[in-house]
Amino acid sequence: MPGERNTVVALMTSLSNTLPAGAEANRFAPAPAAVGGDVPDYFALLKPRVMVLVIFTALVGMVVSHGHVPPTIAAISLLMIAVGAGASGCLNMWWDADIDAVMTRTAKRPIPDGRIQPNEALAFGLTLSVGSVLILGLASNWLAAGLLAFTIVFYAVIYSMWLKRATPQNIVIGGAAGALPPVIGQAVISGSVGIESIVLFLIIFIWTPPHFWALALVKAGEYAKAGIPMMPNVAGPQSTRRQIVYYTLLLAPLGLAPVALGFGGLLYAIVGLLGGLGMLAFSVQVFRNREGEAEKRAAMGMFAFSILYLFLLFSALLAEQGLGLFRPVIV
Amino acid sequence: MQDPKIAYRPLTPEEEQRRRKRSIAIALALGAMVVLFFVLTIAKLGPQVLNRPL
Repeated sequence: MPGERNTVVALMTSLSNTLPAGAEANRFAPAPAAVGGDVPDYFALLKPRVMVLVIFTALVGMVVSHGHVPPTIAAISLLMIAVGAGASGCLNMWWDADIDAVMTRTAKRPIPDGRIQPNEALAFGLTLSVGSVLILGLASNWLAAGLLAFTIVFYAVIYSMWLKRATPQNIVIGGAAGALPPVIGQAVISGSVGIESIVLFLIIFIWTPPHFWALALVKAGEYAKAGIPMMPNVAGPQSTRRQIVYYTLLLAPLGLAPVALGFGGLLYAIVGLLGGLGMLAFSVQVFRNREGEAEKRAAMGMFAFSILYLFLLFSALLAEQGLGLFRPVIV
Repeated sequence: MQDPKIAYRPLTPEEEQRRRKRSIAIALALGAMVVLFFVLTIAKLGPQVLNRPL
């Protein structure tokens, strides 16, 4: 826990024994861990890869919306959505430093690795959270700002502090935070929340469990070591595989909803149909391969393809609505 | 102002360099915020920005 690490730092600093005075004082620092990290370490706290995904999905939420906002305002709003997402990632890393230290995938993050102090990360995350929400409110509207604030609180408090360590449904419910950026994007452009962004929210929301559970099947040992109740650790791998298939059966037709609602065109229909079939095929592979290397290969295949699937769905919408490639399927 | 309860030691050259880079990054971030607020003001108010009663 962050508090425990502070105690360690205090003990370590008390072991140092020189107290400089006078003009040279600004060249001295509490020793040894409290001297601050490198600039890239602070950037890493923002989970840049997640930020890219958030920018992308929020941008798609913007282009499928009705309304007109000057490009400068849209760009500043998009930047603030990204900063808000980064801030929530930073707060997540602050809270989860103890479990990050246990898992190989996350042990080298700036806080568990000792490059940044927990309190620094907390201050950084809170400052960026408040700043991004306020600037988004001033730049666009307070509905969008309120949704961004809700997303940050949902991810940092509801998911990180509560659900993640409490229930195997953690990423199912917590997935709402990752699904909200298109809704914020639409709020920026139209000042309201419409069916388009709600459908995009649902696609990401239903996509999240099979995506994360595929990874959790492979990393079950790591999650068990950290004491996180992921689905494979609680319900068992077999039940998880079954649930992956159920969610994918729901996701494949849902992925085609934009076509039925008229904001997804021919290109989107083709991508959605082929991608949905691909997701189903991978989920069946995960269900059938239950042991050894084949199990790992199937799960990692599903994990990788699910990223590609979501990327292609949103890219198709972006190309149709943003680049004028829209050809209606339903006239 | 140093806390008399905490022991201090000199920064190593590498730590000083890190601090310098952090300071530059903070300066750039503050500069970016000034630009952002300027652009935001112009974009929100448009030509009306100078059209106000004195």
